[in-house]
Parts: sequence; C-alpha cells; structure tokens
Amino acid sequence: MPISSPDDTDIQNLATESAAIAFSARENGAFTNNPKTRKKTLAARRKGNERFMVHVALLLISAGFLLPFIWMLSTSLKSLDQTMAFPPQFIPKPILPGNYWQALTSPQMDFPLFTRNTLIVALGAVLGTVVSSSIVAYGFAKVDFKGRGVLFALMLATMMIPFPVMMVSLFSIFRWMTDNTPIQWMGTLKPLWVPAWFGSAFNIFLLRQFFLTIPEELSESARLDGCSEWMIFVRIIVPLARPALAVVSLFTFMSVWNDFLGPLVYLQYPQQYTLALGLQSFQSQQGGTEWNILMAASILVLSPIVLLFFLAQRTFIQGIATTGLK
Amino acid sequence: MKTNKERTQLGTGLAFLSPWLIGFCLFTLLPVGLSFYYSLCDYSLLQKPYYTGLSNYRELGTDPVFWKALTNTGYYALLSLPASMMISLGIALLLNADIKGQAFYRTIIFLPSLVPTVASAMLWLWLFNARLGLINILLSKIGIPGPPWLASETWALPALALMSVWGVGQTVVIYLAGLQDVPRELIEAAELDGASAWQRLRHVTLPTISPVIFFNLIMAIIGTMQVFAVPYIMTSGGPARATYFFTMYLYDNAFNYLRMGYASAMAWVQLLLIMALTGIAFWSSRRWVYYQGK
Repeated sequence: MPISSPDDTDIQNLATESAAIAFSARENGAFTNNPKTRKKTLAARRKGNERFMVHVALLLISAGFLLPFIWMLSTSLKSLDQTMAFPPQFIPKPILPGNYWQALTSPQMDFPLFTRNTLIVALGAVLGTVVSSSIVAYGFAKVDFKGRGVLFALMLATMMIPFPVMMVSLFSIFRWMTDNTPIQWMGTLKPLWVPAWFGSAFNIFLLRQFFLTIPEELSESARLDGCSEWMIFVRIIVPLARPALAVVSLFTFMSVWNDFLGPLVYLQYPQQYTLALGLQSFQSQQGGTEWNILMAASILVLSPIVLLFFLAQRTFIQGIATTGLK
Repeated sequence: MKTNKERTQLGTGLAFLSPWLIGFCLFTLLPVGLSFYYSLCDYSLLQKPYYTGLSNYRELGTDPVFWKALTNTGYYALLSLPASMMISLGIALLLNADIKGQAFYRTIIFLPSLVPTVASAMLWLWLFNARLGLINILLSKIGIPGPPWLASETWALPALALMSVWGVGQTVVIYLAGLQDVPRELIEAAELDGASAWQRLRHVTLPTISPVIFFNLIMAIIGTMQVFAVPYIMTSGGPARATYFFTMYLYDNAFNYLRMGYASAMAWVQLLLIMALTGIAFWSSRRWVYYQGK
C-alpha cells in the first residue's frame, strides 16, 4: 500500500483485522475446548473419572447458584396464600402471571416513571462516558507528551478513592451551586449523569489498553498524510474500537441500573426515583408481606440486564476478562 | 528548552485529556479537598462550616457506634473476602478442566452477579425468611432447625457474607481468563516430570495467575470496605446494630443527623484504611506475585 495515498477503507480493513485478532486472541484461546482423540489407556480412564467428578461438582454448584432464581420465579407466580403455605411448593398452583401486571401498575411503585428516570440517567451516562472516556484514552494511548505517565498514574490512583469520601462534599457543592448559581442540579437527575461527561477513570483505563493494541503504523501513515490527531481519532481509532466501546457502554449501563447509593444521596423526591430506589421504597412501604408481588417486581427490574447479557454475551465475557489485565 | 514539536505534542495531549482534567479538578480534587476541610469542622449543611480542628477525629476515637461499625465491617470482610476469593478460584479451576459444557456452567455461575443489588437484596430477604424462606425449609428437610438469620444478632452478618458468595461470577470469569493464559507446555512439562495435580496447581498454575489473584484481592478489599446497599436495604443495620457497617454510619451522620463534618472525618478514616490495606497487599505481593517476562 503506497503511503502517499492511503486508501481509507484499506487502512480500516487492515486495522479492523489486526485489532480484532488482538482483542479476540484471548477469547479464542480462552473459551474453546480442544477435543483431542485419545486412546483408552489407563491414564485416559483416570482422566475420564476426573472429568466425571468435575461435572458432578459443577452440576451441584450450578444448582446452588440457580436455585434462588427458580425460587424467585416460583414465588412471583404464586398467590399470596400460597407463599405462606407449609410445606411450600415449587410449582405454583394456580399460576398467576397477573402478579407481574399487579407489580407494574402498583400505586406504591410508579414503574413507568422510574423506568423513564433510569433510562434518562443511563442514556446520559453511557453517551457521556463513551464520548469523553474515549477522547481521554486516546490522549493517554496515542499522543506522546511530557508528563503523560504521571497523569496516568494519578488517574489510576483516583480509582482507589471510595465514593463515600466524595459523596458528602459533592452533595454540598451541588447544593451550593443550586442556591448560588444558575446551575440548578438539586432536584434533578443531573448529579447522576453529568459527571460522566468528564470521563471515568476505569473506562479510560480500559479503552487505553485497547487503543494500545491498535498498530501505531496506522496512525503514523495517516499522520504523514497530514491528518490531525483529532481526525486520526475520529476516522481510524473510533471505528476500530467498536468492540471496546461496546464493553464500556454495557458496563456503564449496568452500573447505572445497579446504582443505589448515588440516587439515594442525590435524589430528593419520589418522582425522580430510579428503579433501584423505587424497588427499595416499594419494599419498605409494604413491609415485605406481599412476597409474590415483590418477587415479580424484582424480576421486572433484573430482566432487562439479564436479557442484555444474553444478547451480548461475548462482549460481556470479553470485557470482564479484559478487566483483569494489568 | 523545549522544541516546537514537544510543545505542540503537549498541547495536543492536554487537549485530549481536558475532559478528564476538568472532571478531576471539579469532581475529585475539589470534593476530596473540601471533604478534608469539612472533617476539621462542625458542619450541619444549614450553617457555614465552623473550624474545630481535630475534634471530629478525637470524638471518633471514643464513639462506641463508630467502633461497632468498624469491627462489623472488619468481621464481614474476614468472613466474606477469603470465602469469596477461594470459592471463585475453586470454581474457576473446575471450569478450566477440559470438559464439555463449560460455557453452560459458566453462564449459570455468572448470572447472579448480573442481578442488580436491590433485586438480589429482595430475593435474599425472602430466602432468609425465618419461617417461609427456602434456606430454612431446605435445612429442616435434613433435620437442622435453621436460625432466624437476619433477625438474629449472631447470624445476620454471616448471612450477608453467605449471600455475597452468590455474586462471585465476575471474579470467576476474571480468574478463568487468567487460568487460560497459563501456558499448556508448562503444565505438561510438570506432568512429565511426575508432578501431582496438587503440585502442578501449587507450583505452576497459582504462581502464573498470581497477578490475577492480586487484582481480585485489591478489588475485593476496596469493595468490602464500602459495603452499604445490601445491609441498608435488608437489615437497616439491625438487629441491635449487628449489621451496621462503616459506610452506613457515615451515611447516617451525613444525611440523617446532618453531621457533615463528622461524616467527612469518617470518610477520611475509610480512605486511609483502604490505602493502608492495599498498601499491605502491595507490600506482601512482592513475595507471592510473579509477573511473567519481567
């Protein structure tokens, strides 16, 4: 390929390939079993026995991990009387899918409103994190400047600061701004998603690691061609980094869906509650008596995440596996 | 003396870093600094902070609730941290055996770690229910009278630790990725030399994945020290403060008793504790963590 006239699509194809290889090398190695034909020697038979024991152990463990889900599902379909019945039954009789409707329309928990609030925060946080963290990660991975190492170390160090250290003073800062400046964040969802637009250390780190696997020659040839760093970032790196950006989006979405302490501290009115907070207040209001409705509501809250997992299983597992890298 | 090129590079670099640099100043440096200042003040949020020196820290030293919350957190960490670390490593080792259906088992074990904290808290409230909960029903089937779990001063905290084991899926996946990076030749060479399965694990596998163990340990320390949502939702710290943890007391001080200064002092103690613990972990890691190619 002549360096003087780089064909954009060619470069991208090449890089997509190499980056994909780099990113999935781990995965290929990691999750394929290589069945080898073995002779039935004594050693092989011993291995067979070992394998059998491993299966038994894994089946037992899986059963233990799965049982709470089954019990949850079963309870969510029972009548209130049946949740109290002794001895308890695994199969509800009658099966009441209407419990889910009852949970969705419960006057104590405004499901549609809480879902809307959660989605607003999630959308703001996901967009903000992806945009800002990838820009910053590019600076850390691809621009060589003095002081980069120090700043990177500083950023990693901030990951160790526990949220409780900042939550009190952030609360007072947001309150002060609301009282004294036009930035009126108290009483809105903004404290939960605007900070995401300033990059999050963990995701910057994750993206930087990925950007480093993209061959430097690509940026170099574009640079020789007169491309600015910003153009290289937008036109070469971002398209190549799609798998990593997907991981970051997924993690951010999940952490918003999951977050309890943030909304508890910053949200003041029930109309602003996210699903996590809504579910908790639902439980504390009804005092944990209608277990069937409570389990139905909990399943409704967790199902989008589980659904997302099954749709994007590869992205999930890859992302989490990558997290463990140095 | 800087060359022109260096100067432009610095400009470009800082421009790319600017979102984080601004965010770092506004949402990290400023709050951390303020929090330190508040920790030296009497601050009720309604009035201006009033400087009182180290009196908050001194008061912490003699506050029985603070010590209760601190020991509870330590006790919880002692129960849940080693259990989670060992169980997740054990499961990962099992999953790493050359067997069919690995993906299937892995998915099942991973699923619980996806469940939002609030939903899993609801589920375990129900499972731990003294009379109707699944756990006591199963225990009674094998003739063991189950304790009232969350209503018992003795059992409430171990119950929460037990529950935390259900969520080890993420750690398992991280371990598994590490295990699959262990070079096959190494294991096979050890096997040829007549090393037993235990020796291979002890002298080949574990040293190779020690950086991953170290990573998981650090994450677990930071996480366990901050445990909040699950006990807040499930027990509100009860019964008789048996599950009242550090972050819960901090939260109550800040937002229920409006003692922002006192809460900030607690936050700084927490930060120092986490730093000390990770420091110890780092220091000890020289003895047991091996980095390949270094």
